[in-house]
Amino acid sequence: MSTVPVPREITTQPRRSDRVFRRIVTAGGLSSLFILSLITIFLAYRGYEVLRQEGFRFITSSDWSITTDDAGNVVESHFGLAAMLVGTILCALIAVTIALPISIASALFLNFYAPGWMKKFLVAVVDMMAAFPSILFGIWGFLVLMPSAEYWAKLLHHYFGFIPLFQLQPYVVTRSPFVAGVVLAIMIIPIITSVSREVFSQAPLDRIQAAYALGATRWGMIKAVVLPYGRSGVIGGAMLGLGRAMGETVAVFTVLNIVFQVNWHMLLGVGGNVASLIILKFGDASPYEIKALMAAGLVLFLLTLAVNAIADVIVKKTGKSGR
Amino acid sequence: MTSLSDVANAVAPRVPGTRALGTGLEARGIHAWFGKHHALENVSLDFAPGTVTALIGPSGCGKSTFIRTLNRMHEFIPSAAMAGEVLLDGKDVYAPGTDVTKIRLQIGMVFQKPNPFPSMTIGENVLSGLKLAQLKVENKDDLLEECLERAGLWKEVKDRLGAHGGSLSGGQQQRLCIARALAVKPQVLLMDEPCSALDPGSTLRIEETIRQLSETMTIVIVTHNMQQAARVSDYTAFFLSDGGPGQMIEVAPTTEIFSRPKDKRTEDYVTGRFG
Repeated sequence: MSTVPVPREITTQPRRSDRVFRRIVTAGGLSSLFILSLITIFLAYRGYEVLRQEGFRFITSSDWSITTDDAGNVVESHFGLAAMLVGTILCALIAVTIALPISIASALFLNFYAPGWMKKFLVAVVDMMAAFPSILFGIWGFLVLMPSAEYWAKLLHHYFGFIPLFQLQPYVVTRSPFVAGVVLAIMIIPIITSVSREVFSQAPLDRIQAAYALGATRWGMIKAVVLPYGRSGVIGGAMLGLGRAMGETVAVFTVLNIVFQVNWHMLLGVGGNVASLIILKFGDASPYEIKALMAAGLVLFLLTLAVNAIADVIVKKTGKSGR
Repeated sequence: MTSLSDVANAVAPRVPGTRALGTGLEARGIHAWFGKHHALENVSLDFAPGTVTALIGPSGCGKSTFIRTLNRMHEFIPSAAMAGEVLLDGKDVYAPGTDVTKIRLQIGMVFQKPNPFPSMTIGENVLSGLKLAQLKVENKDDLLEECLERAGLWKEVKDRLGAHGGSLSGGQQQRLCIARALAVKPQVLLMDEPCSALDPGSTLRIEETIRQLSETMTIVIVTHNMQQAARVSDYTAFFLSDGGPGQMIEVAPTTEIFSRPKDKRTEDYVTGRFG
């Protein structure tokens, strides 16, 4: 009877060029992780004192005050981010809710309906929009969009006021999270559109033809083939957009009234987000307050990370992949 | 008394490509272009109901292009153009105002590479055409069983209709695609090298399926395999390109094409002297 052999160890001697290239791409691949860790360590180190002082209240309370004596020593301080965190999430969610359907529609149009010359032109326009400076969106949002958005806000309040999200008490419609959300939506449409267009364009031709050969209309084909195939990519694009919306500073700062009060009513002119808080306070902050702002930055970073992780889980859970 | 049709039959025997049928599928003077490239020149061919017609010829002779003009899949290729007429029951499928989705419901197609919808289960795949075309059926389960049975797949998948289409083997996937094409009850089924990616066992099953289907529908099959053409078809058309656009050289009952071809080039091809 023959004995069963022990599996051999399979090795290979890579060539020098391969080893060099491997090192280069490894360095490239790890660099983002390295930079991100440095920033995290920096934020944690600078914000540690405030985080220890405030404890859990830092994310559950909503006051931001610091009292110093004449010598510049801190007498009393309260830092709480709750209102800003709620504002961050609320504005970003409004933005994605508005931007996602528009982006999907425009990506489908560009891929499956637009004639060739128009497609080229519109793709260039969308990409240009992605590179547009956010301060200009902010100013435009403030000067042009806000008056119209107020009108829409009133409409929403009038017809959907019974839903808590659309309640308006007191009746202050200017500079609300809704307006900020609309501005953010316009800012993230290009990125979601770009990503969606890219994944839709990779939908396999043989299945597209299979659908058409079965007598599908164009919309039927899109529903049966393109959307299932592109879904996870579109969600990925939406996450990129959400991340950008949560971190957006200038546009929100320009549009919103930064008030330290937790506000889930999207039409009410009270809000703010973490990034805009940092920009608001950074200029004339005392050294101790700067530490608080660093801690706020760390919290924003962790929040973004958490949202991305949750989204990832959702994608995998619903992932009856169309590929 | 001699009727007109007797006269017509006397002049032109009942062979595809020679006589207007008024029913079934008829191609009249089909030309096809891709941009400036003239791919197919003046092909006229009739497909009588209940027959299997095989299109044979070397690569690049325009067989696939030709069958894709029949159900208007040709026009999906950018810069593709065509001339001529395709008549289904006497009506031009390219006539202005034609609903192309209806044409494709009547003229089904099976592709070279199996292409089930991966996001759907086996059962959903079979019935996907109904959903896509928004057709209603009384009893989906019966239709599902009937289509899978006719495609020769029922026994293998009846216990796992909820599994994904991609979990089947290549040959099973191709039969799934045939079942899917049958579910919308087409009059004509076009098959573009349906067995070229399959093993001999699966090929045999599909050929059996084709023979059974031909009792109730018109089948047009493109194949590179001359034995396959000989086994499954009633008529065979030989296509050839001599460097220029592809042309149909000859069409005849399959036994004649393989035993007494009229054209020297057909003879060279079917006897394996080239191609």
